[in-house]
Amino acid sequence: MPKLTVDGIEVDVEDGATVLQACEEAGAEIPRFCYHERLSIAGNCRMCLVDMERAPKPIASCAMPAGEGMVISTKSERVKKAREGVMEFLLVNHPLDCPICDQGGECDLQDQAMGYGHDASRYAENKRAVSEKYMGPLIKTVMTRCIHCTRCVRFSTEVAGVTDLGAIGRGENVEITTYLEKTIASELSANVIDLCPVGALTSRPYAFVARPWELNKVESIDVMDAMGANIRIDARGNQVMRVLPRLNEDINEEWISDKARYAIDGLRRQRLDKPYLRGKDGRLHPASWDDAFTAIAARLKKTKADKMAAIAGDQIDGEAMFALKSLFDKLGSPHMDCRQDGAKLSAKTRASYLFNTTIAGIDEADAILIIGSNPRIEAPVMNARIRRNYLHGRTPIAHLGTAADLTYPVEHLGDDISVLEQLAAGKHTFAKLMKKAKKPMVIIGMGALRRADGQAVMALMHQLAETTNMVNKDWNGFNVLHHAAARVAGLDMGFVPGKGGKDVAGILDGAAKGAIDFVWLLGADELDTSRLEQAFVVYQGHHGDKGAQCADVVLPGAAWAEKDGLYVNFEGRPQMARRAAFPPGDAREDWAIIRAFSERINKTLSFDSLAELREEMVAGVPVFANLDEVVPAKWGKFGKSGKLKGEPVEAGLATFYMTCAISRASETMAECYSATKADKSVMAAE
Amino acid sequence: MLADKDRIFTNIYGWGDAGLKGAQARGDWDNTKAILARGHDDIVEEMKTSGLRGRGGAGFPTGLKWSFMPKEVGARPHYLVVNADESEPGTCKDRDIIRHEPHKLIEGCLVAGFAMRAHAAYIYIRGEFFNEGKVLQAAIDEAYDAGLLGKNAAGSGWDFDVYLQRGAGAYICGEETALIESLEGKKGQPRLKPPFPAGVGLYGCPTTVNNVESIAVAPTILRRGGAWFAGLGKENNTGTKLFCISGHVNKPCNVEEEMGIPLKELIEKHAGGVRGGWDNLLAIIPGGSSTPLMPKEVCETMTMDFDALREAGTGLGTAGIIVMDKSTDIVRAIARLSYFYKHESCGQCTPCREGTGWMWRMMDRMVRGEAEIHEIETLEQVTRQVEGHTICALGDAAAWPIQGLIKHFRPEIERRIMAHQAVTNAAE
Repeated sequence: MPKLTVDGIEVDVEDGATVLQACEEAGAEIPRFCYHERLSIAGNCRMCLVDMERAPKPIASCAMPAGEGMVISTKSERVKKAREGVMEFLLVNHPLDCPICDQGGECDLQDQAMGYGHDASRYAENKRAVSEKYMGPLIKTVMTRCIHCTRCVRFSTEVAGVTDLGAIGRGENVEITTYLEKTIASELSANVIDLCPVGALTSRPYAFVARPWELNKVESIDVMDAMGANIRIDARGNQVMRVLPRLNEDINEEWISDKARYAIDGLRRQRLDKPYLRGKDGRLHPASWDDAFTAIAARLKKTKADKMAAIAGDQIDGEAMFALKSLFDKLGSPHMDCRQDGAKLSAKTRASYLFNTTIAGIDEADAILIIGSNPRIEAPVMNARIRRNYLHGRTPIAHLGTAADLTYPVEHLGDDISVLEQLAAGKHTFAKLMKKAKKPMVIIGMGALRRADGQAVMALMHQLAETTNMVNKDWNGFNVLHHAAARVAGLDMGFVPGKGGKDVAGILDGAAKGAIDFVWLLGADELDTSRLEQAFVVYQGHHGDKGAQCADVVLPGAAWAEKDGLYVNFEGRPQMARRAAFPPGDAREDWAIIRAFSERINKTLSFDSLAELREEMVAGVPVFANLDEVVPAKWGKFGKSGKLKGEPVEAGLATFYMTCAISRASETMAECYSATKADKSVMAAE
Repeated sequence: MLADKDRIFTNIYGWGDAGLKGAQARGDWDNTKAILARGHDDIVEEMKTSGLRGRGGAGFPTGLKWSFMPKEVGARPHYLVVNADESEPGTCKDRDIIRHEPHKLIEGCLVAGFAMRAHAAYIYIRGEFFNEGKVLQAAIDEAYDAGLLGKNAAGSGWDFDVYLQRGAGAYICGEETALIESLEGKKGQPRLKPPFPAGVGLYGCPTTVNNVESIAVAPTILRRGGAWFAGLGKENNTGTKLFCISGHVNKPCNVEEEMGIPLKELIEKHAGGVRGGWDNLLAIIPGGSSTPLMPKEVCETMTMDFDALREAGTGLGTAGIIVMDKSTDIVRAIARLSYFYKHESCGQCTPCREGTGWMWRMMDRMVRGEAEIHEIETLEQVTRQVEGHTICALGDAAAWPIQGLIKHFRPEIERRIMAHQAVTNAAE
């Protein structure tokens, strides 16, 4: 614990802290461009120079380890001069285009120039101009503005784990570019836009769209994957303009995936803005709410309770699911399921479907086994944590499933499911390694659980957990990695088949064979809808996607950004998403639609407001009350031993960009998808 | 004047055989085993006694530098790196050592490497030194064949390997940490210090980077004793030194002389005097292009050693003496150096990346007088804004020549500006 004096104030800092951190501790503001807490130290901008007693020159505070007895001055004349000098250098070749720069209003250079810049330039020579670099459909470059802080290069190599970005040339001619101007092949690429302290890297889809001071900012939760990244949704009027990450050390730190950031243009396309009824001609026709409700009510009246079913989708808020579950409970139907993909997860033991280690806990793991998942695609930000763990400790990591580049080296165990038996029996070499590990961790993706033998897989994993140090009082290394944002809340509240109820496969089978007549799809699109043709289908959701196409009645709902809603991430952490805009046209919030309909069929639900609904919901599922917290789940028995099937183990998701109704409607995501495909064919040709 | 018996580089002009036989005839590799038998610390102490200061430019005491290496070899091996990336304009001493005295360097590697408990030395040679690299590699091969390197080097019981690595011709790779980066296969950009190479150097291991000349003189010092070396030259500026005299002299040359020799004597005796006589002298850059120039009146009484030159506001640097007579366009000469530094800036840190270009462009205008008088002040300030604010010393090296010019030749710059203004005014 070195003790330093900064501007006459004594501060104690942790071992390994830098002088810059010590200065901040003492309340001194240190300007900086290249320094970033989560990246390696470059020390190249020279803006953070401070005076140290007995040092002949000012020192770069970001790069100097804090030492016992240092006497630092951040306010001396020499420091002031040095900073002004550096600021002048940064500005000599920086264009004066702030009025047309998208960074304007949130630009570090602009802000710090107010503090350390001159009012006029002494630079009488021509300014440097740098040609634009193509970095893909997400990142717009104006490289003349670049101040060469290399934050983007360090982010992509260190955090994202791709070496696509780099600096070429030297001296004044240094240019930041991607390798042969190819798209940055990372699911986290757009974070460099946030990192860029100037307007060199800005958002391409958002170019010239809005100014930061015009936007309403709402703190919300991302639902593009199940990690529950904390985001800020910026809206102008009733339109969601952009999504930015919010700091949460336990979840996403300050990164978000490209899909979380850019799928939002999908909120403007393919929207269901009024109810529809399928006419005699077999086509969907606009209808009033009243007509739509009448049609559903008429059909329900004819249908016996055990021929009704409900399926909840992957991005549905807890409130809507709770309302639908309440309705179906009242109707007396046991057929409901929130596991569209058919994952063999049981709602009985909470620990059996959670990411028990927690995201922050990944940092401590000393052996990691990934099964049936590609975390780089299914939870890219979480994957960056695994990468960091690897970089810090060279942690052994094994991967069973379709081979993929996870941005860190793994021992690939192939895609044969029978390896699981060897692992569980402790015969496999990696199992021996897991046995020796103090904090081993297994991550099971949907690729291993949606299989017919998913229960047997669970049983084997339970066996592995029991025979290693995986579960004890300080550590739970058993993790299920969901990629559906709604899944954990659905399991928590028991949106699963009741006694004698059918699961998704059963419902689909029943619908095809006539055992099920009435299916209510709550935002459920990832199904084989061709099997629902004979049943009467109500689709409640926000996009004209697969589910709506097979529906007999379409009820327009609100997308996640248009309602307040509870989501539980894969760690089991309940978080609240907030409304940033209103749903379009006649669309309504989902819980309200269900509540209104319940009244129509005289099965009135007991809540009249969202607050009452929540009260009831929390009474039923107490863990929902612990907002933003993870309540450790109790370990128990789960899984059912059985014979493994022969099919190879796949990942939970095969592609990244277009995985839900919103991202499939997004032009930006479509561009990303084709850009990565094009890059792959170019690389293959080379 | 240095007596012949005290000369270290007896074959610096290549009159004798540069190969192993010739070198051994001149006393190289003579019982190296006995030197090593004195032990690691004794060698370092002897080097400290000699007072040898690093010959690469900064003048840091060599023995002291060696003593910064950890006393025990831990999990990470120690490395010696020899900086043969001699790129400072006006300097050509290392090249002649490699050409004509390669075995002094190789023996030095063994001795120095042993002293710092290293089993390997990397010699990073400037890419342009193509033939020199061949000579050096041949000498290394000869030494291996003679059992002077490799397992049980020179019969000492110490295993030692020497590797030659060519650079690609970047000036910045002469900066020790940029050299290490380059040696590791990365982009040649200086590292932040601390940590210093003695703690975290090549491949993250304890490393000492020394100039060719510093290493090449080590065996002779150890043979003849630190006291002998310390007896030459002046206090705190001991021993002999290779001076490279170029520019407007009658006989440009490399010459080994005692430290502290008067500059005038050095030029008159060894370089055949200034072209057109001493009175035709305009200015001298004493230590390679990065040191500020000295006008004739300062040169008159100047002695060539670290301390005297520093007092005069310049430096000994690499002892690359660039002599300029009165025919020199002094502003243009310095502007050319500014261009060199602009061209060689690695571009990593702000003041150097942006400052070197700015300084060169201003200098370029000053050459033609296309400037305002007050811009001289601006230029001065820009050099001060660069100096001391950069990661490595290249920023300083770019700033100093201009500072020297403004200090001593401001009237000349003003004259040009006014002449140019007179012409443009007349045209209007």
